[in-house]
Amino acid sequence: MLEKIVIANRGEIALRILRACHELGIKTVAVHSSVDRDLKHVRLADESVCIGGAPATESYLNVPALISAAEVTDAVAIHPGYGFLSENADFAERVEESGFIFIGPRPETIRLMGDKVSAIRAMGSAGVPCVPGSDGPLDDDAKENMRLARKIGYPVIIKAAGGGGGRGMRVVHAEANLLNAIALTRMEAGSAFGNDTVYMEKFLETPRHVEFQVLADQHGNAVHLGERDCSMQRRHQKVIEEAPAPGITEEQRARMGEICAQACRDIGYRGAGTFEFLYQEGEFYFIEMNTRVQVEHPVTEMISGVDIIREQILIAAGEKLSLRQQDVTLRGHAIECRINAEDAKTFMPSPGRITQFHAPGGPGIRMDTHIYNGYVVPPNYDSMIGKLVAYGNSRNSAIARMRQALEEIVIDGIRTNVELHRDLINDAAFQAGGTNIHYLEKKLGL
Amino acid sequence: MDIRKVKKLIELLEESGIAEIEIQEGEEAVRISRYPQGAHVVNSAYMPPMMAPAAHPPAVPGETPRGEPVADEASGHKVLSPMVGTFYRAPSPGSPAFVEVGQRVNVGDTLCIIEAMKMFNQIEADKAGVVSAILVENGQPVEYGQPLFAIE
Repeated sequence: MLEKIVIANRGEIALRILRACHELGIKTVAVHSSVDRDLKHVRLADESVCIGGAPATESYLNVPALISAAEVTDAVAIHPGYGFLSENADFAERVEESGFIFIGPRPETIRLMGDKVSAIRAMGSAGVPCVPGSDGPLDDDAKENMRLARKIGYPVIIKAAGGGGGRGMRVVHAEANLLNAIALTRMEAGSAFGNDTVYMEKFLETPRHVEFQVLADQHGNAVHLGERDCSMQRRHQKVIEEAPAPGITEEQRARMGEICAQACRDIGYRGAGTFEFLYQEGEFYFIEMNTRVQVEHPVTEMISGVDIIREQILIAAGEKLSLRQQDVTLRGHAIECRINAEDAKTFMPSPGRITQFHAPGGPGIRMDTHIYNGYVVPPNYDSMIGKLVAYGNSRNSAIARMRQALEEIVIDGIRTNVELHRDLINDAAFQAGGTNIHYLEKKLGL
Repeated sequence: MDIRKVKKLIELLEESGIAEIEIQEGEEAVRISRYPQGAHVVNSAYMPPMMAPAAHPPAVPGETPRGEPVADEASGHKVLSPMVGTFYRAPSPGSPAFVEVGQRVNVGDTLCIIEAMKMFNQIEADKAGVVSAILVENGQPVEYGQPLFAIE
């Protein structure tokens, strides 16, 4: 078992990782920026090291500082969490070259999945259904691009190969706008990602976002833990997630889940991962793979009983997966509300001191957060301050418990989006289930 | 040969009844002795001096059992560490330290080295004055922002 792990992240996920480490008897090193000294997990960790100033580039994205911290503390492994450097193949490579274990996939796999064009190609070869598209990067042949778009059928979407997570995309409804859109997206991609490769896909008008969770060990074993529906989004940021996805049948789950697990075996995937699909009219279309643990992993944990972070650590330690697919039982329904330090109506970030925090409780309620009375939310990082998860033996039971929890929760001193969640939990379309990825923005009039 | 291997050798030495151990790896060799006058480095790469072996791994900044940092007691301008790494007072083992308490320094004078990922970074004084306190021990890991020297 790994003796000591550096938690290369902050906030709620760092606390989550710390909890998994302590449960396994692994010593923890909390690396933090100068404004994050009072993070809950920093106070609880066995050791802590300040690695740089407040800006992420000086600290959480500072590769030499992170590796140096691992060296001076004699750590064995580094857990990157999500965001920051978790999907940075160069970081994973530097970590391994420096003699540490990177808790995640091999650098080559991260690189393969980080380039959206190569990811789609690899998945296509592995038999995973993809969105009809250019099947490769676009070149500058205007005639060819127009022919492709006509073949795919408008509307189409131009995407940056180096993008992902909603960044670097442009929808084109009519041929007149196609060439401009390609040129603009290319330029933006070049400056944002240092890679101006773009590709084209059919734009699905009413899709749901359904993703599958997988675990794969270093011995060729891979299992899936079912799917999540993350369609409730604003500006490509997930607001509410749930598992399982309403309306998905056992047959669909087993078929798509096995396709994902097999793809993992084919590419030699290692660790936890998520295959993201657009789901429309009963069909699944692969869009990208996330080679890390996801924010919304708790909903899968609640319905499967599997501790995903713990599994990541065990896989990295070289252990065989303790589960076979037939051991995975999905039971009940879980919903997660992302609690952000932002105004519920204007979405303006609201950093500051939390004067009163009271977490909700009761059966099936799980609150993953690092905040506490008196904690100061710094302005330097993203606004998510916690995840409120409700589990019940049916979707209606989970919704009822979430409604109650949203009544109980108190976060004073800063503004949060709790009001938005209270509104959504009572929304008729949400309660019916199966809303698509445009629903929330339409509802908010965006 | 990297510092972690050397640390492990020190631990080995402490746990056993061995008085002295010498390891050769290719062109590099290191000898570690229980008795300070025997501590002696025989290789081409820079190796930090092995001080009298500590009973436990070097104290890491922020480790809970540690007492209040000495830094609070020193007055004057504090020179803070700009990075994470290991602090050394001299350019190489056996050389005199860059500065001693009571020494006058100018802006830009090298005060110490911080080693990280096999690279040695010279840390310079950002204020002129007299070194009134050295707040870290030789070979100790330091974190970003940690006070290293007090200059008055």
